[in-house]
Amino acid sequence: MNDELVAKIKANPNYQNLVKKRSSFALKLAIFVLVIFYAFILTIAFEPAVLAMKTGEGVMTIAFPIAAAIIIVSFFTTLIYVKRANGEFEDLIEKVRKDVKDEL
Amino acid sequence: MFKILALLSIFAVSVFAAGDANFEATQRELNIPAIIMFFIFVGATLGITYWAAKKTKSASDFYTAGGGISGFQNGMAIAGDYMSAASFLGISGLVYLSGYDGLIYAVGFLVGWPVILFLLAERLRNLGKFTFTDIAAFRLGQKEIRTLAAFGSLAVVTLYLIAQMVGSGKLIQVLFGLEYEYAVLLVGVMMIIYVTFGGMLATTWVQIIKAVLLLSGVSFMGFMVLSHFGFSFEALATKAVESHEKGQAIMAPGGFISDPISAISLGLALMLGTAGLPHVLMRFFTVGNAKEARKSVVYATGFIGYFYLVIAVIGLGAIVFLNSDAGAQYFVDGKLFGGNNMAAIHLSHIVGGNIFLGFISAVAFATILAVVAGLTLAGASAISHDLYASVINPNATEEQEIRVSKIAVIVIGIVGVVLGIAFEQQNIAFMVGLAFAIAASANFPILFLSIYWRKLTTRGAFIGGIVGLATAVILVVIGPIVWVQILGNEEALFPYKHPALFSVTAAFIAIWFFSITDKSQRAKDEEKAFEAQNIRAQTGFGAAGAVDH
Repeated sequence: MNDELVAKIKANPNYQNLVKKRSSFALKLAIFVLVIFYAFILTIAFEPAVLAMKTGEGVMTIAFPIAAAIIIVSFFTTLIYVKRANGEFEDLIEKVRKDVKDEL
Repeated sequence: MFKILALLSIFAVSVFAAGDANFEATQRELNIPAIIMFFIFVGATLGITYWAAKKTKSASDFYTAGGGISGFQNGMAIAGDYMSAASFLGISGLVYLSGYDGLIYAVGFLVGWPVILFLLAERLRNLGKFTFTDIAAFRLGQKEIRTLAAFGSLAVVTLYLIAQMVGSGKLIQVLFGLEYEYAVLLVGVMMIIYVTFGGMLATTWVQIIKAVLLLSGVSFMGFMVLSHFGFSFEALATKAVESHEKGQAIMAPGGFISDPISAISLGLALMLGTAGLPHVLMRFFTVGNAKEARKSVVYATGFIGYFYLVIAVIGLGAIVFLNSDAGAQYFVDGKLFGGNNMAAIHLSHIVGGNIFLGFISAVAFATILAVVAGLTLAGASAISHDLYASVINPNATEEQEIRVSKIAVIVIGIVGVVLGIAFEQQNIAFMVGLAFAIAASANFPILFLSIYWRKLTTRGAFIGGIVGLATAVILVVIGPIVWVQILGNEEALFPYKHPALFSVTAAFIAIWFFSITDKSQRAKDEEKAFEAQNIRAQTGFGAAGAVDH
């Protein structure tokens, strides 16, 4: 890729739009997952007793549903990201490609 | 070629049969259904290898199956790489032993995935060709970075390989009544056959088949366990608490992760280590484009997440069933036969009888074979693609490169067998932990910064990578496991089992420092090259596309 093309793509509004939208979306989702995971790890590290709290009269604690929830949330955040990336973001990439296709 | 293949498989079979005479030593009856299942699996996978061998011609075929794997298939294969024997037997064994603590590993292993997807997966796919080193070396000095990253890969692969080899030896010893050395040799021979003849295509399909079998197997086991409790998890947990000597303590985090620093450090190693595992990263190049790469991560996360949820049920089930009257037969001198890692295997016998025990045994073995094949391929690529074709002999033809890969596979296979036998007494969990720590400290920081930080220079990456690798290794050596348990010293010089928190930080600081202080012309050129790299990483323009043959 020569300097001219680099500058041209960089100035392309669709490219700028793509980078801006995708970066902020990916960052927000990553922070969301990291906050959940580290909240979990730090609870284990400093206040494990919190996870030993019972959900009812029986032996069940909140620790199990929380672990299951983190696993399920991880899955759904990947799903949400891929839906948008494979739709909206791919469309933007296609637009950029059309704009510069002669030079690629 | 097929003749050699047939010969080798006969050799493997005869080695296998030779073990029959020794089953007495392990006080177990010969596991006939397991052996039948095992032969069916081996036969099927050798067939696939033969098919793949005919299709594998170019270097791209060998390393990435020609990029022709679909997102779903690749997701299955990634899940397969992930659901290793350490995951399946190790985590279910941990839950059996100490309840909830086992699940912390499961959560940590899984949560790495979304983060990899959001921050790395598509950029890797867009920048890379065959190995993750391609990305790190994209705009930096090829020689230094490839050499360093190749050694990082090899260190991770070797440690992981030893862990799998030791695990497989033990497992086969218990399951089939075969001697340890023969078992390790058998795994080594099979793996060499899969990888040298079938390359990534065979490796991927072996992995997919195993993933399907494993997921079906654990589903059945989970279903049978829950069916005894009217499909109530609460009822299962209640009975598990009654049966376990620790009682209610198994329902929450306990003594397994004792101090805050260790917990945070382990969490970091699990998450970042995942992003630095060479055999998993390689899988992003087997699909045609970034779109399929993303899809494969969704499928993988789904399969792995489901698998871990079922593992929780199986672990608790093992507590209940193995501590009942029916479970008494699996204990020898008050200890679980074959160790705590065998909890899931014994449970399979209780809930599904001999045939199902055979099935799960064969699947567990297949699991090791498949993971070992993936690891070996990643190690061989580091040698042939990153070291040989990029550093030692940049003018190498594709044929030469493939030949070097195949030789590398055989060498790695032999090294794996030798070290597997030498390290028979080693703690597997420790080896896996060290592999993750190195992946997180040496591979991940370079990978991450090369994509995100425009000021990264070759000098920074090279020195920082060495600092990360060295810190991880040194801290493990002077830590409690090696310094006290293995070397027999009184007290550890470094008090924590998990070094990642310190070694990852050291790597990042060193990379940062030696990059910003680099005022050379090369550093300026590298910074300037970032823009073009970033455009390719963002859009995939100029990346290797799907290859249709």
